[in-house]
Amino acid sequence: MIQQLAVFLENKPGRLERITGALSAAGINIRAIHVASLGEMGVVKVVVSRPDEAYEALGEFGAVRKVAVLAVRVPDRPGALHQVTATLSKAGINIENASGFAISGSEAILILEVSDVGAAERALAEAEFKTLDEGEFEEAVG
Amino acid sequence: MAPQETYDQIETTSRDALGALQLDRLRWTAAQAARSPHYAKAFSGRGLKPEAIKSLDDLRRFPFTEKQDLRDNYPFGLLAVPRNRVVRLHHSSGTTGMAIAVLHSKKDIEQWADLVARCLYMAGLRPGDVFQNMMTYGLFTGGLGLHYGAERLGAFVIPMGAGNSHRQIEFMRIFQAAAIHIIPSYALALLATLEEMGVDPKRDLSLRFAVAGAEPYTEGARQRLQDAWGIPFYNCYGLSEMCGPGVAFECPVQQGLHLWEDFVLAEIIDPDTGEPLEDGKEGELVLTSLTREAMPLVRYRTRDLTSFLPGECRCGRTHRRLSRFAGRTDDMFIIKGVNIFPQQIERVLMSVHEVGTNYVIVLDREGLVERLTVRVELVPEAFKGDLAQLRSVQDRITHALREETLVTPRVELVEPGGIPRMEGKAVRVVDERNKENP
Repeated sequence: MIQQLAVFLENKPGRLERITGALSAAGINIRAIHVASLGEMGVVKVVVSRPDEAYEALGEFGAVRKVAVLAVRVPDRPGALHQVTATLSKAGINIENASGFAISGSEAILILEVSDVGAAERALAEAEFKTLDEGEFEEAVG
Repeated sequence: MAPQETYDQIETTSRDALGALQLDRLRWTAAQAARSPHYAKAFSGRGLKPEAIKSLDDLRRFPFTEKQDLRDNYPFGLLAVPRNRVVRLHHSSGTTGMAIAVLHSKKDIEQWADLVARCLYMAGLRPGDVFQNMMTYGLFTGGLGLHYGAERLGAFVIPMGAGNSHRQIEFMRIFQAAAIHIIPSYALALLATLEEMGVDPKRDLSLRFAVAGAEPYTEGARQRLQDAWGIPFYNCYGLSEMCGPGVAFECPVQQGLHLWEDFVLAEIIDPDTGEPLEDGKEGELVLTSLTREAMPLVRYRTRDLTSFLPGECRCGRTHRRLSRFAGRTDDMFIIKGVNIFPQQIERVLMSVHEVGTNYVIVLDREGLVERLTVRVELVPEAFKGDLAQLRSVQDRITHALREETLVTPRVELVEPGGIPRMEGKAVRVVDERNKENP
C-alpha cells in the first residue's frame, strides 16, 4: 500500500501548473499523475516520491487528501492486468480508479484505487501478486 | 396626447379631492391596523391614537413597518380581521425566519382586481380582448394578480403560466392575444423561439402591448424589446406586502409609473435618516395601504429607491408618477421573477458542513436566459479525495437552494481561499446581467 495525494482544483488554466510548480520547488518527483474533471471542478491525483513532504508542500493549496492506494508489480506482458482485475473481481472488490506504467523492459506497476485496500491486498497476496510498500515502490521506480 | 378615457373617475380626480379621500382612508387604516396584535402593541406603546389623525402629516408620528416586522410576526401577527375572513394567502420564497405571509380578505382581493383592471385599461386592454398571462401562478402574486384584474375588466384570459415557449407562441397566434404579461428576460428569450418557429411577432401576431413585470430591466433592454416585438412594453410596479402588481403602472406616455394614491399613501424618505425628502429627490419609497382590510400596513419601508416626477402627466391622470426604480436599499435581488435575499443562500450553505460561509452570488445570462450561480469555498478538511464526493456536495447544495429560493442555481465549489476576503461588508452579489446592454 502506498499513499496517493488528491488535490481539489478549479478546472481553470494555470491550476495544474501551481501544483507541479510546488512539487518541483520541493524537489519531489512525480511517478504518476491523473486528472479528472467535472464542469468547473477538478481533482488531481499524484503518486510521488516522499509523499509526506509532498503533502506539506501542497498544503497551501487548500484541499489536499492522502488516499491509500495499491501499487502492484506485474510482468509487462499481455494479460497481466486482466489477471489482477479478475482476482479483485472474484473477491468482490471494486476498482475506483486505475493507472499503470512500465518500469523496465519486463515489468510494470499498476496503481489501483479500490473500495477496500486491506481486502484487496490479501486477495492479491493469495494470488501471488506483489503489492509494494513505500520503500519497495521507491526502489522499483527509482 | 389628449386626456385619455379612464377605467375609474378617481384616476383624474383633483389633488384636493384625492387628499381628502386619503385622509379619510388613513384614519380608517390606522384604526383597522390597530386590530392586529402587532400594531395594537406598536401604537399603544407610543400612545398613538388613530382618531387623533387630523392631517396627512400626522402619519409621520407613526413608526415605520419593516420587512423584519413581517418576518417576526409570521404568519398571523399582522392580521386585522378574524381568521375566518381570510380568503387567500400569498407567500414569499424562503423558510421560517425569512418568509413573509400576506393575507387577503374577499374585499382585498376585489380591490386588487379593480386596481389591476384600471392598469390594464390604461394600457389599452378592453373587454373581449385576449390577455395571455405568462407569469407564474401560485403563491407568487404576479400570476393571479393580473389574472383576476384582466377578468375583472372583462378580458378573455389565457392562464398560461410561465415557460413552454412553443405553446405560448401557438396560443398567441391561435387565440389572437392582444396583450401579454411577461417577465422581460423571458420576452427576450421568446424572440429566439419566435424566430425558430418562423413567426414574426409584427406580422403574424395581433399583440397591442405587453406588461413587463416582476423584474427590473434597463431602459435599453426595453427599447430592444419594443423594437423586436413591435409593441409598447409597459412597466408595472407592485409588492406582495401591498397586494402585488398594480400598485403603480405606466400609462401610454411611458414617462414614469402612476402610483395609485387612492390605494396607497406614499412618502419618499432618506433611507439613512428616515426623514422625508422634498418632492423630486430620490429616496426610499414608504407606503401606507389605504384600503387593505386583512393586513393593513402603516409606513411600510419598501426598500425600493425612486422619486416622484414633477409636473402633470399628459394623459390627464392626477396620480403622481414614480420615476424608474433606481435599485434597492437592501441586498435583495430578483432573478426569474423571484425575490431572493443573500441571507437565504447563506442559511443553506451553513447547513452543509463541507462548505464554508465565504461565498459569492453571480447573476448573469447564458444566452438569453438569466442564471444564478453560487460560488462557495470547499472546507479543506471535508475533502475526501474524489470527484464523486464533490459532485454529491454540489447536488445537495443545489437541491437545498432550490427548495429555499424556488430557483435552480448553478453551484460552483471553489478552492479554499479562492474567494477574496473583503474588508468590511462583503460584496455577496455580483450582477452582470446588464453588462452588454446600452
